Amino acid sequence: MDFQGYRRKTGKVGIRNHVLVFPTIVCSSEVARMISEKVPGTVYAIHGAGCGHIGDDKEKVIRTMVGICGHGNVAGVLLVGNGCEVIQPDLITAELDKIGQRYEVVIVQEDGGTPGCIEKGTKLAQQMVEEAKRAKRESIPLSELMLGLECGGSDAFSGLTANPSLGITADKLIAEGGTAIFSETTEMLGCEHVLARRATDEQVAQDIYDAISAAEARAMSGGEDIRGTQPSPGNIKGGLSSIEEKSLGCIRKGGGTPIMQVVKYSEHPERKGLIIMDATAADVMNDTGLLASGCHLIVFTTGRGTPVGSPIAPVLKVSTNSVLYGKMKPNIDVNAGVIVDGEGTLESVGQQIFDEVVAAASGKLCRAEALGHREFDIHFDMLV
Amino acid sequence: MKKAIMMDPRDNVATALAALEPGDEIEVISTKRETVQQVQSRDSLPLGHKIALTDLRQGDTVVKYGAKIGRASRDIAAGNYVHVHNVVSDRMPLTENMLAHM
Repeated sequence: MDFQGYRRKTGKVGIRNHVLVFPTIVCSSEVARMISEKVPGTVYAIHGAGCGHIGDDKEKVIRTMVGICGHGNVAGVLLVGNGCEVIQPDLITAELDKIGQRYEVVIVQEDGGTPGCIEKGTKLAQQMVEEAKRAKRESIPLSELMLGLECGGSDAFSGLTANPSLGITADKLIAEGGTAIFSETTEMLGCEHVLARRATDEQVAQDIYDAISAAEARAMSGGEDIRGTQPSPGNIKGGLSSIEEKSLGCIRKGGGTPIMQVVKYSEHPERKGLIIMDATAADVMNDTGLLASGCHLIVFTTGRGTPVGSPIAPVLKVSTNSVLYGKMKPNIDVNAGVIVDGEGTLESVGQQIFDEVVAAASGKLCRAEALGHREFDIHFDMLV
Repeated sequence: MKKAIMMDPRDNVATALAALEPGDEIEVISTKRETVQQVQSRDSLPLGHKIALTDLRQGDTVVKYGAKIGRASRDIAAGNYVHVHNVVSDRMPLTENMLAHM
């Protein structure tokens, strides 16, 4: 089965044709926003990263920025540097050169301060928008599509309706030869053995155990003994009796296929099929990691109602219950609450989400895009 | 008839799709909406909480999603409410302090 997407000269596939205005540091983020607002057809992504990173953390931030700026959904990128930051635009452009991504650079400290930088950046961005208009959609097999799986603002129905339905969607995409990535390592605590049994080989099984025990150790070192506090009081009120039950409900969004690889935050998988990204459960930062890992779009299940989107990709929302759907209908793409109401099954909702994913990949705007949601943030470990 | 959903054929608990009262006859359905069995509720429990489908002895494995979610901390009869008062996690048992607040 095919969708209608873009083939880039970088070798990547895209489902959107954005020109991205991207600050390499928080200090130039307002200049980036002001340039983008002057140039119709551009998007901007603001974040708090760019300075004070060292070692592995610096590597992770660079990998993430390169993953976003070189993404298949991005036709061209205008990097907006300040000039003195740790993450110099050169560090990003060196990687973009390797893949042949279209980019331009402006730097506040060298291009006439805020007004000069805006003037120069606006012209460059307009030029890239004109170039991007030449891109045409073509038929691309679903085996080249990568889907991110996210849950946020969960409730007692997440593990009963929306997550298992999304799991069916993931199974269908993987049956087409495609790739799906799920993440949020702390939400896998207590079902290590269930996930490890599904690992494609011994190494992946060990990687799953290592990732989950490291996440537990990090939580403990942060001064929080999560043992004995999970499930949370709200989870228990909702009917979850143990961490195992909570985590089993979370991982259902990954469906039932073998786990092919465990990757780091924003790292590109080398294999197709179902992938785990070992990363934070903070939703917007996790979404960025999924996109930087190569996901073209995200399906996000929510029980409480999380409105977030992304500057460069569709983020489809699936409500877990019909009360939420009634309250936030304009934000929701698919309502899995019909399963409780007796008007649908996991299979029928899984198929509906799959159909929406294919439609979104071919250009249909999801609710978050149509409403203008552009939330973005980069996960980093520390600033020095 | 009120319904409860069984997420996997191996499960020994089902999740209530309506608030249940003692004496309610419950139709247990599969994820494909097929009727699997009936059970009579022995307790009151809220929507989204679990009901036992079989008798469980103290120490028996409680199974949902086809996987272990904990052990019975006391004997549980079919139709009983199954929650933190009679299930304990192997991985991270809740503290006494936390249970006291429930």
